Amino acid sequence: MSAQSAFHESAGTNLNAQSLRADARRESLRLLALLAPSLFLVFAITIVPIGWLFWLSLFDEAGAFSAANYARFFEQASYIKTFVTTFKVAFIVTGACVLLGYPLAYMLSQLTRRAASICLIFVILPFWTSVLVRTYAWLVILQRKGLINSWLIDLGVISQPLSLANNLSGVVIGMTHILLPFLVLPLYASMKTIDTDCLRAGMNLGAGPAATFRQIFFPLSLPGLASGVVIVFVLCLGFFVTPALMGGGKVIMWAMRMEQTTSLYSNWGAGAALGVVLLVVTLALLGLFQWLLGARATGVWSSR
Amino acid sequence: MSIAPSALPISMRRIEKRFGSVAVLRDLNLDVEAGEFLTLLGPSGSGKTTLLMILAGFVRANAGSIRVGDDEIITTPPHKRNIGMVFQNYALFPHMNVFHNIAFPLKQRGVAAAETAERVEKALDLVKLQGLGERRVDQLSGGQRQRVALARAIVFEPRIVLMDEPLSALDKGLREHMQIELRSLHRRLGMTTVYVTHDQREAITMSDRIAVMNGGRIEQLDKPETLYATPQTRFVAGFIGESNFIPVECHNGSVWYEGRRIHTAAPAPASGQHLMVVRPEKLRLLANAEPASGVNVLDATLSDIIYQGDSFVCYAVLRDGRQLTLRDYCRSDVLARMPAPGQPISLGLDAQDTILVASDG
Repeated sequence: MSAQSAFHESAGTNLNAQSLRADARRESLRLLALLAPSLFLVFAITIVPIGWLFWLSLFDEAGAFSAANYARFFEQASYIKTFVTTFKVAFIVTGACVLLGYPLAYMLSQLTRRAASICLIFVILPFWTSVLVRTYAWLVILQRKGLINSWLIDLGVISQPLSLANNLSGVVIGMTHILLPFLVLPLYASMKTIDTDCLRAGMNLGAGPAATFRQIFFPLSLPGLASGVVIVFVLCLGFFVTPALMGGGKVIMWAMRMEQTTSLYSNWGAGAALGVVLLVVTLALLGLFQWLLGARATGVWSSR
Repeated sequence: MSIAPSALPISMRRIEKRFGSVAVLRDLNLDVEAGEFLTLLGPSGSGKTTLLMILAGFVRANAGSIRVGDDEIITTPPHKRNIGMVFQNYALFPHMNVFHNIAFPLKQRGVAAAETAERVEKALDLVKLQGLGERRVDQLSGGQRQRVALARAIVFEPRIVLMDEPLSALDKGLREHMQIELRSLHRRLGMTTVYVTHDQREAITMSDRIAVMNGGRIEQLDKPETLYATPQTRFVAGFIGESNFIPVECHNGSVWYEGRRIHTAAPAPASGQHLMVVRPEKLRLLANAEPASGVNVLDATLSDIIYQGDSFVCYAVLRDGRQLTLRDYCRSDVLARMPAPGQPISLGLDAQDTILVASDG
């Protein structure tokens, strides 16, 4: 009895503190051990190749250590042009996706659950078809003697075929079609979470349907729209198949330049540098979006 | 307190609402007086929320008329009804701070900035949230959100205020506090209020009148005390307060239970099977088996006593095997002669507390 109480008292306020700390340490080690396989996997298939890519980009064709691969971005006009084209296409496609996707997602969010799931199938179905197949399909539809041009000529709307494929408009149409679901799905999901009672409250407090949409629904859908925009924009920056097939060699995007550099000229250093720059630009954009959204979420909206 | 100039009576006539083939409201008529606090009380599925939604304009009725004052509003869109509403989950706008939430209805009405600021300030004062205008909605506690929702619903001085179970998300202590506060706010502002709840205690605490709803109809519309003292149907008796039901026989204007005549204050119904409604707190443990005249005596066996601090509950079994509950306060004289479980007891019920309702099935 007395021995026991002596033990308790000697520990004072730090009763069992040491063994509790040791226990916590053991637990975090055990958790780390459980994580180890996946950490190894991430390291082996993500960190190592990216590090290797970066390493490769620091050597010129002769194998000498130099910054020549990066200097080329500022020296050669064709690189700058590719960079500008890539961003131009990304902006146009993202804009087109927003213009088409927002009304679509809004309609889906207002339908009954059953009707919405049927319509969603039509959004997702093309999603499951190969990008290559869809791009060729667009080529068939849009080319000089394609579906659209022959219809329009037959109907007498135009006399000369429109050049819809093998140029920028073909690239934009094809990419918009392929990337649209990436905008619609997150946007639809976020619109579904908007509380119907908030819209009812808006009406109840005197805002008509249009005012309720503008002042309540639209601001509340912005986070979903932003995540859709980020996904589409980032995917645009690295897009290859559609611009390669639909651009007719006139629209050179970043990924096509990479392919040329590595497989045509076998210049791995230059190709790696292109990859690194794309990665850095993408991460910077994501960071910017994060920062803008973060600022909004903490009440910039309300102080307006 | 006088009735506010904006308070108007509501008159609902022959409201019908079906969802598919299911009738939710059937030939419903209800008058709410100007400045009255009326509660729609009923279990879920009774149609009370649907009726409120029809009143607010969010649900379209199949038939019927709603007049507010002299205006027919059954086809008026919700944003032109000028009715304030407090939603069950508050429905505050998450992308606006407290000030902008409350200013929203004023902004829609084109009220000037200076006057808006003044009226929002006054509304914040009224719900005791002074100085919280700049807070974000997600920085507020449940009780504070409730107050913001209330301020937003009354800041534009609507003719009518609707409340859809506004206190159901609050914990018990806060809920009881808010009941008192809502009540006194209503007394002060005097707006016509229609309140929906499934909590009978809340309804009794707050309302001028209660409409008990069941299966898309109003079973009884009365003041709380009338509703409690003289329920007209078995449903109302069972839904408001606790009740024991004892089947009785009526013939030739007298009421009988197990061969004993039952005294009632109201004239007995002509004949047939009826139910006697016995409130647990109206029953008394009788010291001797021969009480004063006009007191009905029920013989039973005590089966259990539950001590609850301020009061106790006795479970007794009547001779026909029916369970009966009695509730009384723990006064020393009652406790002194408390029988033990298993002992026979006599229970007294005054004639004026003896209520009969039709035994519908």
